[in-house]
Amino acid sequence: MTMTTDLPQDLAEREAIAPEPGYWDPVRHVLLDRWSTRIAFVVVILFILAAAFAPWLAPYDPLRQSIVSINKLPSWDHWLGTDQFGRDVMSRMIHGSRNSLIFGLLAPIFAAFFGTILGVTAGYFGGWADRVISRVIDLLMAFPELLLAILIAAALGGSFWNIVVVLTVAFTPGFARVARASTLAVKQEPYVEAAIAAGVRTPLIIFRHIVPNIMAPIVVLMTLWSASSIRIEATLSFLGIGTQPPNPSWGNIIRDGLTNMFATQWPIVAGGMAITIVVLAISIIGDSVRDVLDPENAQ
Amino acid sequence: MAKYLFLRLLDAIPTVFLVLTLVFVAMRILPGDPALAVLGANADGGQLEAFREKMGLNDPLWLQYLNFLWDAVRLDFGNSLMNDQPISRMIANNLPHTIYLTLLSVLLGLSMGIPLGVIAARNRNRPPDSALRIYSLMGYAIPDFYLAAILLVVFSLNLGWFPINGEGEGFWDGLHHLILPALTLALLKSAFLGRLTRTSLLEVLGRDYIRTARAKGAQEGRVVFHHGLRNAMLPLSTGIGISILATLSGSVAVELVFNRPGIGRLLIDAITERDYPVIQAGVMMFAFFVILVNLAMDVVYLIVDPRIRIKS
Amino acid sequence: MTLLLDVQNLVVEFGPVRNPVRVVNGISFTVQAGESVGIVGESGSGKSMTALSILRLVNEPPARVSGKVLFQGRDLMQIPKRDMPAVRGKEIGMIFQEPMSSLNPVMTIGDQIDEAIFLHEDLSKAARRQRVIDLLRLVGMPDPENRLSAYPDQFSGGMRQRVMAAMAMACNPKLLIADEPTTALDVTIQAQVLAMMLDIRTRLNSAILLITHDLGVVAEICDRVVVMYAGHIMEDAGVHELFANARHPYTQGLLKSVPTLNDTRKRLHQIPGTVPPAGTIKQGCPFRPRCPMRMDRCAVEMPPLVAHGPAHRAACWATQPEGVA
Repeated sequence: MTMTTDLPQDLAEREAIAPEPGYWDPVRHVLLDRWSTRIAFVVVILFILAAAFAPWLAPYDPLRQSIVSINKLPSWDHWLGTDQFGRDVMSRMIHGSRNSLIFGLLAPIFAAFFGTILGVTAGYFGGWADRVISRVIDLLMAFPELLLAILIAAALGGSFWNIVVVLTVAFTPGFARVARASTLAVKQEPYVEAAIAAGVRTPLIIFRHIVPNIMAPIVVLMTLWSASSIRIEATLSFLGIGTQPPNPSWGNIIRDGLTNMFATQWPIVAGGMAITIVVLAISIIGDSVRDVLDPENAQ
Repeated sequence: MAKYLFLRLLDAIPTVFLVLTLVFVAMRILPGDPALAVLGANADGGQLEAFREKMGLNDPLWLQYLNFLWDAVRLDFGNSLMNDQPISRMIANNLPHTIYLTLLSVLLGLSMGIPLGVIAARNRNRPPDSALRIYSLMGYAIPDFYLAAILLVVFSLNLGWFPINGEGEGFWDGLHHLILPALTLALLKSAFLGRLTRTSLLEVLGRDYIRTARAKGAQEGRVVFHHGLRNAMLPLSTGIGISILATLSGSVAVELVFNRPGIGRLLIDAITERDYPVIQAGVMMFAFFVILVNLAMDVVYLIVDPRIRIKS
Repeated sequence: MTLLLDVQNLVVEFGPVRNPVRVVNGISFTVQAGESVGIVGESGSGKSMTALSILRLVNEPPARVSGKVLFQGRDLMQIPKRDMPAVRGKEIGMIFQEPMSSLNPVMTIGDQIDEAIFLHEDLSKAARRQRVIDLLRLVGMPDPENRLSAYPDQFSGGMRQRVMAAMAMACNPKLLIADEPTTALDVTIQAQVLAMMLDIRTRLNSAILLITHDLGVVAEICDRVVVMYAGHIMEDAGVHELFANARHPYTQGLLKSVPTLNDTRKRLHQIPGTVPPAGTIKQGCPFRPRCPMRMDRCAVEMPPLVAHGPAHRAACWATQPEGVA
């Protein structure tokens, strides 16, 4: 007899009292009941709005240089001061949010798409395809995503679509591994085995039964890696292999700020704060999404 | 055990081979014409042709591939386009700095992270635990280069406690230059390792053999450290491996911020200068590092987990 | 005989203070020096919690433990927490149910047994090593010298349970608590481990408190039996008295459901219903819903343990002797 020290009765009671939940109820519940998650949502929405309405919100042209107003400290005219070219840092931050946030959206979508295709292929068909795909996944997973991104960007060079490719390649193995594992699990389910036995065509099985049932962990990974891709884009831009100057992105604002740190340190502080806050907010949301959709892997 | 290690080494060979192939594909095929990429669109036909001839780009692809593999096996990476130095010597000059940075930051990160994790686990759901939770969230969200820049601005620029850049001369001066860069990476590591220690330790402390240790009459401290932490080392060693790998990418940014020599710095400078053979060598160095750390992790597993030793 | 362990009014409860779930419900029993006592009950009867409470190994919180645990006259519930390790392993040894998970997987068995000695006795390394070897021999481990550096994963369940026993006996404790020591083992191995325990008992003269759900095991090892149900003691008697003359309907049911060789019954007896989840019956006798002899009074009041003769107590309204109520 094993005595557990927690209270099964209590849990059973709570379940009995709780109303019959609708499908979205628990999702809404966890996403909106935690105050930290609610704040995180507000923060992310504010940043998205700022990016969307950048041209209207930014007080100055982010690229316009001005010799008369270089290295200004924050003032009423320039909330975050100006940089070594006399550009308004606030305006560069607001416009930079476009370059920074867009990758947080695009890269996880692309990576989830390719990763799911690879993972389902490997998991469903097995055999030769599985061996090749798994081997490559294992190899790429041995690299931290950031390092992989740096190495690919080093080879490709930086441009908008190159960054998308870099992040997608860096993230795809993770999605593929999750998709493969989930596919293997779902394939064992009686309804899938029944469908296979009944001679249902393979594409139908994959799209009707497999894909919908492996979406939960994929969606969790997408939210978590949305934060990662913003952080990695910032790092690449900081290293000079991401968004190329003079286009602003939070990463290269810090890069410019560092070369000019003896004159003003505000660009560094502002750029870093923005990245930190957004990444923090998205990871808090990501943790909540994981707690809802993939409770087994929650800590 | 020796057999297991040998098999593991054998297993690394196709991995190295695969990495080399990927680097070859990425460097020679994907960017289009490397000559154009290096010399720029303004180069005339004669310059381009001379460059192609010098780099062996006129050879058939399979011959290029074989030459590339042969050079890589001999660790002969050619000469830099910028200063015509042998790249192997450039690597030899830069590598120690990256190794120092990695070692010190891992050491500091472990000595901060593990105690933090133990304290949080011993105070589960109490303030120290929440504090670690926030600390580890911040550690995830703050990019390494930003933390490096902040530490640089605060402690070097404003307080003047540490030198602003460079690597220093001699042991003590070198250490003085190394502290802030290593601390940057160590803080981020300790956030990750602290959280991992907490989770693993809590998991282990719920196990039956912990109750056995208490029933034997072991004091709480002995239970936590001698029995708990020793078992938590199994998941922790994976985490330590991950954080060593993370240092490799972190060192790139940190070496740039603190203007230190190192492999990361070498790679980034080469990218800026379009020094294509150096980029290729840098990418390969990092890839080998990753494979090496993974191999080392397998050896560590053997040491900390007798069950793997028994099976092999 | 001298009184070794005297448990008085032991309560283990969980949950809210106002409406607690009582897993152990104010039980009292004794163990004499050298005596072996069995605590018998089904899963959820609170018998393991009772065993853990004696050594104060129950996690508090979430649990709350109260009552007295007098060991050689000293109340273990009252001594400071940091003094408990000096009692554990030294005065009272304990063997757990799960031999697969109760040994530390990353320490050699030699080191684990050695630790039990090292923690309590000031002996040289060589002397401890000799003691470890002697202990392993005592518990019937073949070739003990060469097994010291082996890890738990290299042993079978029965062998691990021997290691556990060696550890529990390392300092010659006056009391050995064994919590379902044979449950997780194969039947043939069970017999071997029981034989080992009997052997230990006769050689070292420790008292044994054996926690089990198996009346057969009790019959082989114990002098006296305490029957628990849903956190209450239902009956407490010498082993022969209990088997011959059980006074509680629950004990009678248990005895009837043990198969014997010359059994002529077509079907094995079974007690109808199932054990109620711990603490759900807060009033009256918890066995009432399954009891063939239930009376109106049983729903209202828990019967007290009353004497049914020398050293025989039972808690049942229906069978208690005339004139007691």
